[in-house]
Amino acid sequence: MADAIVTRTASSAKTRTGFGLPRINSRAVVMTLYLVFLMLPIYWLMNMSLKTNGEILSSFTLWPRDLTLQNYVTILTDPSWYMGYVNTLIYVVLNTVISLAVALPAAYAFSRYHFMGDKHLFFWLLTNRMAPPAVFALPFFQLYSSVGLFDTHIAVALAHCLFNVPLAVWILEGFMRGVPKEIDETAYLDGYSFGAFFVKIFTPLIASGIGVAAFFCFMFSWVELLLSRTLTTVNAKPIAATMTRTVGAAGVDWGVLAAAGILTIVPGALVIYFVRNYIAKGFALGRV
Amino acid sequence: MNKTVNQKAWFLVLPVLILVAFSAVIPLMTVVNYSVQDSFGNNQFFWAGLEWFEKMLHDDRMWNALQRQLMFSGIILAIEVPLGVYVALNMPKSGFWASFCLVVMSLPLLIPWNVVGTIWQVFGRVDIGLLGYTLDKLGIDYNYTQDPFDAWVTIIAMDVWHWTSLVALLAYAGLKSIPDAYYQAAKIDQASRWAVFRYIELPKMMGVLMIAVLLRFMDSFMIYTEPFVVTGGGPGSTTTMLSIDLVKMALGQFDLGPAAAFSIMYFLVILAISWVFYTVMTNLDKKGM
Repeated sequence: MADAIVTRTASSAKTRTGFGLPRINSRAVVMTLYLVFLMLPIYWLMNMSLKTNGEILSSFTLWPRDLTLQNYVTILTDPSWYMGYVNTLIYVVLNTVISLAVALPAAYAFSRYHFMGDKHLFFWLLTNRMAPPAVFALPFFQLYSSVGLFDTHIAVALAHCLFNVPLAVWILEGFMRGVPKEIDETAYLDGYSFGAFFVKIFTPLIASGIGVAAFFCFMFSWVELLLSRTLTTVNAKPIAATMTRTVGAAGVDWGVLAAAGILTIVPGALVIYFVRNYIAKGFALGRV
Repeated sequence: MNKTVNQKAWFLVLPVLILVAFSAVIPLMTVVNYSVQDSFGNNQFFWAGLEWFEKMLHDDRMWNALQRQLMFSGIILAIEVPLGVYVALNMPKSGFWASFCLVVMSLPLLIPWNVVGTIWQVFGRVDIGLLGYTLDKLGIDYNYTQDPFDAWVTIIAMDVWHWTSLVALLAYAGLKSIPDAYYQAAKIDQASRWAVFRYIELPKMMGVLMIAVLLRFMDSFMIYTEPFVVTGGGPGSTTTMLSIDLVKMALGQFDLGPAAAFSIMYFLVILAISWVFYTVMTNLDKKGM
């Protein structure tokens, strides 16, 4: 009798590893199929980046027969290629710093206080996150040309603030509302000024939120092409724009194109493990 | 959380206000300005009133682009939402495999959009791409640069590949918030799998699922880079979405007036959807989810 109960709880514990579907195997099959579907195109690009152009075009092979790193060497030694990465990194970092610097106090205000027009302002910020870059491409081009910022890193960084500042405010506000207000009040009673409280006490409490906001600012600036391409020609040309021009007189240089693509995936892939539990939260503007 | 009224909080918001005004309001005013004027070059402008709006509203070009856009958004939502929920239901709940799935699923979300385009451009090619080559060998006539239907299949497959994980991750976050007690109660009542899904999991997921649907709708509604890299809007203009059409008009042909009128109508649609989104978000916040 007791044995039967034990086995029954054991078996039910086993099926309770998931959300209630009893058959473990069918879950594994579904997940495997889905993950293979996700990985195949990436694998194919990686596969191509390790082949010579001759092998890519002449024969159809599932893995590189003639493994070569030449495509990566080409990118990492040619300034017109690697400067694309440097330019992108510069404006992305600039953008992340600016976005966070202005978003932190604003998010604090939204999470702690009521003030005139707060709801409208919060909504207006959201509309900027949702605004299509295509609408802004032409006016940005004219605005930054007229103030002499065209083809500079700061121009792209400021342009990306259009959607990254609202994103950072929303994400940070989501994290800040989770911090009890009593902490603020106690700190003020203890004689902390607002600045000291914010830096010494509050910032460490929402460190993960700042990390997530920084990650998403970085990501959305890194993946954007339309605005960064419109606002640059030579000096601040991003890698994304460089990639659209691999078509030379001798046709497309597929190997180098693939290698460049793989290299753009690297920054995301490096930090993905640390943000894995926050991806949904970040995309949902801190609201999950 | 009960907030206190403090008008000085405005000072904390001021930097954001100035920055976003510079990067959003000024450009938007330029667009409004262009939309009501006509130019014959040489920076000479004439008041044109609502002429451009009228012209655009009677222009088949914009309506066709809008139609394609709505069809695209509709199809990808119809595929990604059920698929995403299904994947979320099948994800392991904890342990190494849960982390593994999260990491692999997040990967496509973090790839630059033009690289997503490049990946599928290569993947679908009949001569060097795995997908195109396989389909060709199976005897299926597939060529996304020539055949509109194949082009559509390719960009939809690409978007499903790119974004289904987002729906899945959000649905997964919703599922994780359901206490185990609910499942135990369902078990005692001997509820069927479908009943568990319909009466426990779906209602609990509804909030995050709404966010997922709205996010996917918005982002697909302004999609530019991915289809642009894969098909360039072609063959013909069969995959020219709203953004692609707008950029073509504004930066390609420099038709400022019509492009500006187009922009404003586009923006108003976005504004309306944002409002729905905001309402959903604030309701969620009130429920404390």
